[in-house]
Amino acid sequence: MEMTGKAPATTPRSYWQMVWHHFKKKRMALAGLWISLLFFLIATAAPLLANGRPLLLGHNGHWFWPVFSGADGIGPYTWKDLKKHAPFVYQSNIQGRGDFAIWPPVPYSPTEYNLLESLAAPTGQHWLGTDDSGRDVLSRMIYGSRISLSVGFVAVGIALVIGILLGALAGYFGRWIDHLISRIIEILLTIPTFFLVIAIIAFLPPSIYNIMVVIGLTGWTGVARFVRAEFLKLKQLDFVMASRALGASHARIIFLHMLPNAMAPVLVSAVFGIAGAILTESSLSFLGFGVPPPTPSWGDILSQSRDYIEFAWWLTVFPGFAIFLSITAYNLVGEGLRDAMDPKLFQ
Amino acid sequence: MKAYLLKRLVQIIPTLLGITFITFLIIQLAPGNPAALKLQMSAQGQMSDRTMSQQIIEETKKLYGLDKPLPIQYLLWVKRVFTFDFGTSYKDHRKVWDKIAERLPITIQLNVISIFLVYLIAIPCGIYSATRSETLTDRLLTLLFFFLYSLPSFWVAVLLIMLFGGGDFWDVLPVYGISSIGAEAWPFVPWLLDRTWHLVLPITCLTYGGFAYLSRLTRANMLEVVREDYIRTARAKGLSERLVIMKHAFRNALLPLVTLLAFLLPAMFGGSVIIESIFSIPGMGQLGFEAVLSRDYPVIMAITTISALLTLAGLLFSDILYAVLDPRIKLE
Repeated sequence: MEMTGKAPATTPRSYWQMVWHHFKKKRMALAGLWISLLFFLIATAAPLLANGRPLLLGHNGHWFWPVFSGADGIGPYTWKDLKKHAPFVYQSNIQGRGDFAIWPPVPYSPTEYNLLESLAAPTGQHWLGTDDSGRDVLSRMIYGSRISLSVGFVAVGIALVIGILLGALAGYFGRWIDHLISRIIEILLTIPTFFLVIAIIAFLPPSIYNIMVVIGLTGWTGVARFVRAEFLKLKQLDFVMASRALGASHARIIFLHMLPNAMAPVLVSAVFGIAGAILTESSLSFLGFGVPPPTPSWGDILSQSRDYIEFAWWLTVFPGFAIFLSITAYNLVGEGLRDAMDPKLFQ
Repeated sequence: MKAYLLKRLVQIIPTLLGITFITFLIIQLAPGNPAALKLQMSAQGQMSDRTMSQQIIEETKKLYGLDKPLPIQYLLWVKRVFTFDFGTSYKDHRKVWDKIAERLPITIQLNVISIFLVYLIAIPCGIYSATRSETLTDRLLTLLFFFLYSLPSFWVAVLLIMLFGGGDFWDVLPVYGISSIGAEAWPFVPWLLDRTWHLVLPITCLTYGGFAYLSRLTRANMLEVVREDYIRTARAKGLSERLVIMKHAFRNALLPLVTLLAFLLPAMFGGSVIIESIFSIPGMGQLGFEAVLSRDYPVIMAITTISALLTLAGLLFSDILYAVLDPRIKLE
C-alpha cells in the first residue's frame, strides 16, 4: 500500500499489489471503500455515538463512565434527569454542584421513547427527527447499521463456505458430482429466491440469526458458479498435475493449491453479495419479517414511515438513504475490484 | 434441432424433481409437522385458537398425506404438482388454482409491460453510452445506471408515494390499486387512461432496476464486441458508422441479452411481492405476501412451484432462442 503510494513509478510486484494499484486509480471505487469503512466504524462504535447515558460523568471529584456500566444513574442523577440539566454535549458545573457531563453526539438510546415528542421533524435536538413513539431516528439508524452489516457479513460468510465447497467439488471432480451440483444450482436459480426467503422466515421464530442463515443458504449459487468455472480452468494447469504427481491429497490440492488461485472472483462476488444481503435484510424488515422489535433496523424505520407518509418525510428519506448508500458502497467496491482484477488490464 | 430439443427436455426432468423436492421441504416446515406447529403456537398469539389450529392440522395432514411415510408423501406431492392440484386455501376455502388464475393475469400484465419497457429503453441507452465511450455523457450515464441499479425498489416506491401520492407534496398520481372504483363499466378509452394512470408508479418501480442493469450489460457487451476483428473489417471496408454499430456490432451484443430474459423473471416476481403489496395491486405478488402473512401454506406452495415452473420454461425458451439465433452454437 505505502510502497505504491510513495513511488508510483515502480511497478507493483505481487498480484494483490497490482490489484490495489489498479483499484485505487478508480475514484468511485475508493469512495465506496471509504463509505463502507465509515459504516463499519459507525456500527462498531454505535454505543459511543448514540447512547442514553453520558460518556463521562464527573461527580464529587470522581469520574464515571456510565456508557460502560449498566447503572440507571449515579448519585443524585438519573440519566433522563441529567439530560435536562445538562443538555449539551459538554456541560460543566451542573446545577452548581461542580459536576460535569460529556454526552455522546446523539444523547438518545435507540429504544428510549418519549411520546410527547413523537413524530417530530428534524430539529437541533433530534437531528433526523423522531418516530411514532418519539424514539430518536438517528440513534436508531446508528444501531440499525449493526443489523445490516452483521447480516450482510454473516450471510455472505455462510454463502461463501457453501459456494466455495460445492463449486470446488463440482469443478475439481467433474462428472456426476458436477452434474448433481449444477442441477442444484439450476433449481435454486428457478425458484423465486426472495419469496422463498420470506416464506421460510415467516415459518421460523423471528430472530436475526434465522435471517442470516436463510439469506446465506439461498445465496451461494453465484459463488459456486464462479469457483466451479475457475476450478475447471485451473485443473488443466501444470501445477495441479505436478501436485497430484507428488502424491498430494485431493483436499490438499483443492484448498492449498487451487483455491488461492480462484480467490479473485470469489472476493468480487462476496463483495456484491454483501450488498445483496443488505438489500434482502432491509426488504425483509420493510415487509415486517425482520429482526424482532424493539431492535432497530433501517428497513423497519422505513416500514413505519408508510403509516405517516403524508407528512413524516424524515422517516422515509433518511433510513432509505442509508440502505441505498451502503448498497452503493459495496457495489462500487465490488465493481472496482472486478475491474482491477481483470487480467486484460495487467499488460 | 429435434435432438437438441429432446436433450434439453430430458435435462429439465431432474430440475423439475428438484423444484418439487424443495417445495416439499417447505411443507415439512408447515403445521402438521408437530415441531413446527409448536414453534408456531408459541411464536404468535393469533393462531392460538385451538379448534381452528386442530382443524388446520387435520386438513393439512389429509391434504399432504402427512400420516404416511416420507417417501410416499413426496411421491404424492409430485403427483399433485403435475396435476396442478394444490388443494384449497386455508383462508377462504377456495380452490388455490382458482385464486391464482384470478391473480396471474395482473402480474403478467405488469411484468410484460415492465420487461418490454426495460428492453425498449435500456438497449438504445446502452448503445448510445457505448458509442460515446469515455466521454462525459457516457460517464454520467454510467453513473446514473449504477445508482439506479443500487436503489432499493421499496424505498423508491415509498418516496414516489410520498412525492406524488397526495401528502404534503403533490397529489397527481393514484397510489392504490390498478383501476378507479367502477372503472370496469367505463368505455374503453377512459378505462385505458385510468389503468395507465394507475400503473405509472408501480411500473416505474418495477422497471428502473432492470433498466439500469440491462443498460449496463448492453454497454459492456457493445464495448466488448466493438473490439472484435470483424468490426475493424467492417470499418475498413468503408461502411458507415451507423451500419457498423447497428448491423455488425449490435446484433452480436444482443445475444447475451436474450438469455437474460429468463433470469429477469424470478427477480421480477420477487419485486412484484414488494411492489404489489405497497401499491395494493391484486396480483400474484400480493397474493403470495398475504399467504405468507396468514400462513396459507397451500397458496405459498402453489405460488413457489408455479413461478419456478414458469422460470424453468423461460430458461428453456431462452436456451432454444439462443441456439436459434447464434449459428456458432451447435445443436446436438
